[in-house]
Amino acid sequence: MSMTEARLASGGLIDRSKPLSFRFDGKAFTGFAGDTLASALLANGVVLTGRSFKYHRPRGIVGFGIEDPGSIVQLAGEDGSVGLPATAIPLREGLDAHSVNCWPSPAHDIFAFSQVFASLLPAGFYYKTFMWPGWHAFEPLIRRAAGLARVPAHAAPNQASEIRHGHCDVLVVGAGPAGLMAAWAAAEAGARVVLVDADRLPGGSLNHGDVSVGGVTAAAWARDLAARLDAMGNVTRLAGATVWAHREHGLVVITERDPPLPELRQRTWQMRARRIVIAAGAIERMLVFEDNDRPGVMLASAARSYLHRHAVRPGRRALVFTNNASAYATARDLAAAGIEVAAIVDSREQPDAASLAVAAGIEVLAGHVVTHAHGSRRLRGVTVAPRQGRGARRIACDLLCLSGGWTPSVHLFSQARGRLRYDEGTAAMVPDTGPATTFCAGSALGLFDLQAVLASGAEAGRRAARECGHAGGEVAVPQAGPAPAYAVEPLWCVDACAASTRAFVDLQNDVTAADIILAVREGYGAVEHVKRYTTAGMGVDQGKTGNMNVIGILAGRVGTTPAAIGTTTYRSPYEPIEFGAIAGPREGTALLPYRHTPVTPWHVRHGAVMYEAGARWRRPGYYPLPGESLDRAVERESRAVREAVGVYDGSPLGKIEIWGRDALALIEMAYTNGFASLRAGGGRYGIMMTDDGLIADDGVTFRLGDNHYMMSTSTANAEAVYRRLEEFLQCERPDWDVTLTPVTSQWCNATICGPAARELLADLDPDIDICNAAFPFMSLRDATVAGLPARIARVSFTGELSFEINVARRHGLALWERVMEAGSRHRIVPVGSEANHVLRVEKGFLSLAHEADGTADPYDLGMGWIVSKTKQEFIGKRAMEIRRSTGHRRRELVGLLPHDPDHLLPEAAPLTPGGRMERTEGLVTACVRSVAQRRVVALGLLLNGRARIGETAHVRVKDEVIAVTVTSPCFYDPDGLRLRS
Amino acid sequence: MLILSCPFCGERDESEFVCAGPARAPRMTLAAATDDAWVDYLTAPPNPKGVVRERWWHSHGCGEWLIVERDTLTHAIHATRGARHEHD
Ligand SMILES: [Zn+2]
Repeated sequence: MSMTEARLASGGLIDRSKPLSFRFDGKAFTGFAGDTLASALLANGVVLTGRSFKYHRPRGIVGFGIEDPGSIVQLAGEDGSVGLPATAIPLREGLDAHSVNCWPSPAHDIFAFSQVFASLLPAGFYYKTFMWPGWHAFEPLIRRAAGLARVPAHAAPNQASEIRHGHCDVLVVGAGPAGLMAAWAAAEAGARVVLVDADRLPGGSLNHGDVSVGGVTAAAWARDLAARLDAMGNVTRLAGATVWAHREHGLVVITERDPPLPELRQRTWQMRARRIVIAAGAIERMLVFEDNDRPGVMLASAARSYLHRHAVRPGRRALVFTNNASAYATARDLAAAGIEVAAIVDSREQPDAASLAVAAGIEVLAGHVVTHAHGSRRLRGVTVAPRQGRGARRIACDLLCLSGGWTPSVHLFSQARGRLRYDEGTAAMVPDTGPATTFCAGSALGLFDLQAVLASGAEAGRRAARECGHAGGEVAVPQAGPAPAYAVEPLWCVDACAASTRAFVDLQNDVTAADIILAVREGYGAVEHVKRYTTAGMGVDQGKTGNMNVIGILAGRVGTTPAAIGTTTYRSPYEPIEFGAIAGPREGTALLPYRHTPVTPWHVRHGAVMYEAGARWRRPGYYPLPGESLDRAVERESRAVREAVGVYDGSPLGKIEIWGRDALALIEMAYTNGFASLRAGGGRYGIMMTDDGLIADDGVTFRLGDNHYMMSTSTANAEAVYRRLEEFLQCERPDWDVTLTPVTSQWCNATICGPAARELLADLDPDIDICNAAFPFMSLRDATVAGLPARIARVSFTGELSFEINVARRHGLALWERVMEAGSRHRIVPVGSEANHVLRVEKGFLSLAHEADGTADPYDLGMGWIVSKTKQEFIGKRAMEIRRSTGHRRRELVGLLPHDPDHLLPEAAPLTPGGRMERTEGLVTACVRSVAQRRVVALGLLLNGRARIGETAHVRVKDEVIAVTVTSPCFYDPDGLRLRS
Repeated sequence: MLILSCPFCGERDESEFVCAGPARAPRMTLAAATDDAWVDYLTAPPNPKGVVRERWWHSHGCGEWLIVERDTLTHAIHATRGARHEHD
């Protein structure tokens, strides 16, 4: 069929003056502005659009919008990950789409053999097959054979998506007849209204038929009312936007596709609405019979919509199969457009007179059903049979229009914990009790008479506005043209096909009537179980066209009613949403900015390789000289500290100032060791634990004066320690007089360390006595250094004589430059975090997340001396005591020396007994090339480790077992003479 | 995303807060606590289907710790007050 044949000569809501070129599976086509990809494909006679997920059966276009289960396509370019059906993709110039689940094309799919083996892939197949330990073997095959759209190779530029936050009184979901009336009534009352519709064109179902509203065509009425709303200052209308989540406290999430800004591809709104009107309409259901998935099988409403909206004939000879009155209009309109309608097959024994009048002149086979569709890549005909008795016959057709009834779109109501009930009259789940802030209207409420739909919209809008304090909103409900009553009689599955393995209830996930029977037989009779066992409704279309049939079939199978079966829980998103649309520009450093010390520009200028070193601080990792490797640079920097002097930027270390009458009490509670004897100017190293009695952090706290302390924390834990202390103070000890001030970024420091550190400090003209007697280890002095007001702390993270020179942040760079200038005489070297790591491992100093990995207490690390035996109470005390009283063997900190002194051990590698494939007995926590030992040294946690010093243990890594000697965890200056020097 | 009404700052979005889980009974002094009572205190926080008292920290606001009464089923917030006065 050529394009001219399938596209009607006139009519439709398309712009024939704007032809658009597009490609599908590599072939060039043309459509018009106003087309979707689906309507343009149909206009070009393309019926086969892809292959199904599991059996690779040929599939075509079934629906008209987001509900379509069969036509997911892969787009080329930056929006390639969308995963939408062709029915929901507006056509644009240059669109390049490919079908999914098939290779090389839907007509010649090499995986199509799987439909031959369909009986080997029943419900529960995944659960039964992909069980440990063998499932790894299947994964690559399944990934290749059963994918949906692929993730694009390149990320979209982050400018392509934006996030907006909004507030409104009344949010109306859907701009069909009910939604337009609701928005109008709420707006007339004076409420701030947001009206959202997935379609660019307002009117919803009004655009897809030829009814009249208010004396004009329904489409014209909708356009005029939308224009009127657009002119009101209190209405925001979002077209081409989907409300895909309805969450707590009135939060709805909306994504606009292609918002009216050329550089934006999508915009997501986080909207807080005081009241929400859900007027999302209803979705037509499939009918279930054998081979009901053949390309050319389409929902009756979709066929009618393509005809009216896009002026497309979806076939040449049609047959309509229905269980209700609504499909008769499709038959009439198809015939009027010159399409031969072979018959209307109506499963109802006695179709209502109004329906028959609509389709006057068309043969109606009442009390009949379609039992089988024929054809493979394209429908060729159907078998029709009376429900009772004999008389099956074959009727040729290339278009089969189905209406299995209508399912109200209750998704957003249900997402907000609204309860549903089964309504016998409409054979559908309809809203029952729900959140007080939410109103449903129109066919989303289960109303299928247009006059009632219009009235319910007006009423919902008026009530929603009134609850926001806006009285009024009386609008005249227009008169709708006549239409037959819905008059549905449920037909969940054609009787003759109840056990068919080719009668599909979920086209997207290839779930059949037989799968439901199997699930029930295997004991899964509850709807949530059936869903998971068969995967019905678990595709990206969420089973919009099939779930109600699943419930109906299940009810019949277990001998109960749909009301007793109930529904599965509806979850967001309502339709596929890209992660990029949710994140918007909040990506990478826009979401988590890096923190820098004032010395960063100097570091970068001097060739530093910058790392993140916890809490988003950027720090120099090492400063390679031109041509120098990482290992050589780290060795050079480490050696400088051991033999001369080095300087590092220690500014990111956490700092909390503590004031108040009960400051000491808080410190005593936080640390395991005692601080009561500390004098002003003195400091002490401490360990703090969690309430579970495990190490949480460590650091040095100095006493600055009466009731005044400065606590330092590890870089990564500064925020967490502050939070824990504040929580304890405010929630547990509100009567204590303590004030905490996090001051990490107020200070900047240059830490000079090495045997020449004191000489260097002297060259910086301090105005205090810096000899060891006057300024000993673990003390703190305020001084003027290099002409800058400073606070110097004698602490050491390297094991060498160290002075941590702290100045105000604004003096940080000046201090650093003066240290480097004065240091040149002492051959000073700037030192990065890599060399710092080497130096602390040589000393066996613990590092958070390495040795204190959340499972260790101080005893485990050989630091029992830091646990006070006299304090009544400190955080973690009781839990540690209870745990240790069990006498269970613990993993203990040890040194590890590989027998081969050049063999590095991977950090986190497991230690196992004898190196055998057995349960681990520990792990390597850190491993470096020691400059002091001139060999590889490592730290590790090893079961019962201290008792095993001198023994051999084994590190087990892939393809190798590495023998190590267990030693004491200190490889340099075990008596600490150098750091006290 | 909840809206929490901070008694000091007014209605604010959940993203300004840190949730620290259910509030426990007031912390016992160790001297008064048996081992069993202490283990219970640590390991059995309230976890009802319904209204629960929770600790929330207005970390991106006033910095106060709050006690929030939240229904875990409906997300309805029944009360919000400063934790400092919880045991007054
Ligand atoms: Zn606040």
